[in-house]
Amino acid sequence: MGISLQTFSTASEAQAALGVSGARYMGGGTLVVRAVNEGDLLFSTIVRTTDPALSAIGTSDAGVRIGASVTMSMVLAHPGLSYLAPAARAVGGPAVRNMATVGGNLFAPAPYGDFTVALLALDAKVSISGSGEMALEAFLQERDSLGASALVTSVTFAAPTPDSFRFLKVSRVHPKGAAVLTIAADIREEAGSVVQARIALGCMADRAIRAHAAEVALVGRPRTKEGIAPALTAALEGIAPPTDAIASAWYRREVLPVHLGRLLLS
Amino acid sequence: MAKISVQFTLNGSERAEFVESGTTLLAALRDKMDDTSPKGGCHQGACGACTVMIDGELRLSCLTLAETCNGAQIRTTAGLANGEVLHPLQRAFEDAFAAQCGFCTPGMIMAAAALLERNPNPDRADVVEAISGNVCRCTGYEPIIQAVLLAARANSTSAA
Ligand SMILES: Cc1cc2nc3c(=O)[nH]c(=O)nc-3n(C[C@H](O)[C@H](O)[C@H](O)COP(=O)(O)OP(=O)(O)OC[C@H]3O[C@@H](n4cnc5c(N)ncnc54)[C@H](O)[C@@H]3O)c2cc1C
Ligand code: FES
Ligand code: FES
Repeated sequence: MGISLQTFSTASEAQAALGVSGARYMGGGTLVVRAVNEGDLLFSTIVRTTDPALSAIGTSDAGVRIGASVTMSMVLAHPGLSYLAPAARAVGGPAVRNMATVGGNLFAPAPYGDFTVALLALDAKVSISGSGEMALEAFLQERDSLGASALVTSVTFAAPTPDSFRFLKVSRVHPKGAAVLTIAADIREEAGSVVQARIALGCMADRAIRAHAAEVALVGRPRTKEGIAPALTAALEGIAPPTDAIASAWYRREVLPVHLGRLLLS
Repeated sequence: MAKISVQFTLNGSERAEFVESGTTLLAALRDKMDDTSPKGGCHQGACGACTVMIDGELRLSCLTLAETCNGAQIRTTAGLANGEVLHPLQRAFEDAFAAQCGFCTPGMIMAAAALLERNPNPDRADVVEAISGNVCRCTGYEPIIQAVLLAARANSTSAA
C-alpha cells in the first residue's frame, strides 16, 4: 500500500488534516519513515508542516520556548541552551540529530526519548495546536489517548539556574547507543542542603517518568553520600523498566541507584 | 498509487523524476537516478550506509521521503571526485586501507566530509563523534579514523 504525503504551511492546517483516519504527523521522520520502511499499515497519509513558528527557539527572562520542529542539532547550536546540549547530543549520531525533532522525541518509546527526560526534569509544558498547554508529565501519561490530531507546537520551561541541571545517559555501545537508562535532575540547594529537586528517569517505564519519591527524600538533606541514600532507595518506587535488546528490566533496576548516586554527587 | 514529481539538484546537476508517493530519497537516488553510491543497509537509520548531504547537512536518505527534497541541493559520494581526481577523503581511504568490503565507505566519507567542512582540523575524538552514526563490520574503525585524520592533514598541507 502506498503512502501519501501532505505538506501544509501552517500548523493549524496540518492539525485539521490529522483529523482524517489513517493520518500520521511527521516531524523529522526518523521514527515515522522507519515505520513506513517496515511496512507499518496503521497509517496511509503522512502530514507535516513547514510552519516557521515550529522551528523557532525563544529564550528570554520570561522563559524558554522551543518549537516542536526544532532539531537536536539546532538545540546544540543555540548558545542560550548549553545546559540542554548533553541531552541533545545524546540522541543518535550526527545525521539523526540533524533530523530528530524535539516534538518527535516526546512520542519516542523507550529506550528512546532522551531529550524528553531532560525536559521533564525542567518541568516543561507542552503546547498543543488548538487546545492550549499541559504539563509534560500529564502529557506523557495521556499522549496515547490524545488522538492523532493532537499536534504539539512547542515546549516551554523556565531555564535552570547555573549548575543546577544535570543529565546522564548510560549506554553500552560507545560513543553512541540506545539508553540503558537516562537521568536528568534539577537540584536547587541553599545553605548546604537541597531545597528543591526534580528528577526524571528514562527507560524506567515505557516512557519518561518523574521520580517523585526520590525528590521528596532528597529535599532538606545535604548532597552527600549519606544525605542522598534515602533518595536512591526511593527512586526504585513505582518503576517498571522494560526488557529489550539493550538491557533486562532486572539490570536496569540494579544500576539505577548507582548511576543516580553518581549524578547527584557530581 | 499516484506518482509524484521530485526535482532537486544532485551533485550539481538538475534532476527530475516521477516516483511513487512515499518513496525514500535512497530509493529515488538508486532506482531512478542511477546514483548507487548511497547504500541501503538497514533502512532503519541505524547503519549510516545511506548517508548523504541535503542542503549542506548530513542526513539519512533511507529515512527521508524523496518528495520532501524538492528544490534541495543533494550531495552524495558519487559527486566528490573531480573527474579522474579523487577527493582527498577518497584518496585517504585508499591510502589508509580504510575500505574492506566497502559497503559502509560512501556513508563514512559523507559523514567525514561534513566534519571536515565544519572543522578542517579535527582531533581523533571529533572524528569518532562524526562517524558515530555509521557502522562498519570490517575494519574495526581504526583505519577509517586514521584516513579522516590523514585527509585533514593533507588538506591543511595543501592549503599552507
Ligand atoms: C538510528 C537511530 C538512533 C536513535 N537514537 C536515539 C537516541 O539515542 N535517543 C533518542 O531519544 N531517540 C533516538 N532515536 C529516535 C528518534 O530519532 C528521536 O526520538 C527523535 O527525536 C524523534 O523525532 P522525529 O522528529 O524524527 O520523529 P518522527 O519520526 O517525525 O515522529 C515520531 C512520532 O511522534 C509523532 N510526532 C512527531 N512530531 C510531533 C508533533 N509535533 N506533534 C504531534 N506528534 C508528533 C509522530 O506522529 C510519530 O508518531 C533514534 C532513531 C534512530 C533512527
Ligand atoms: S540504510 Fe539508512 S541508516 Fe541504514
Ligand atoms: S568496510 Fe565493510 S562494512 Fe566497512
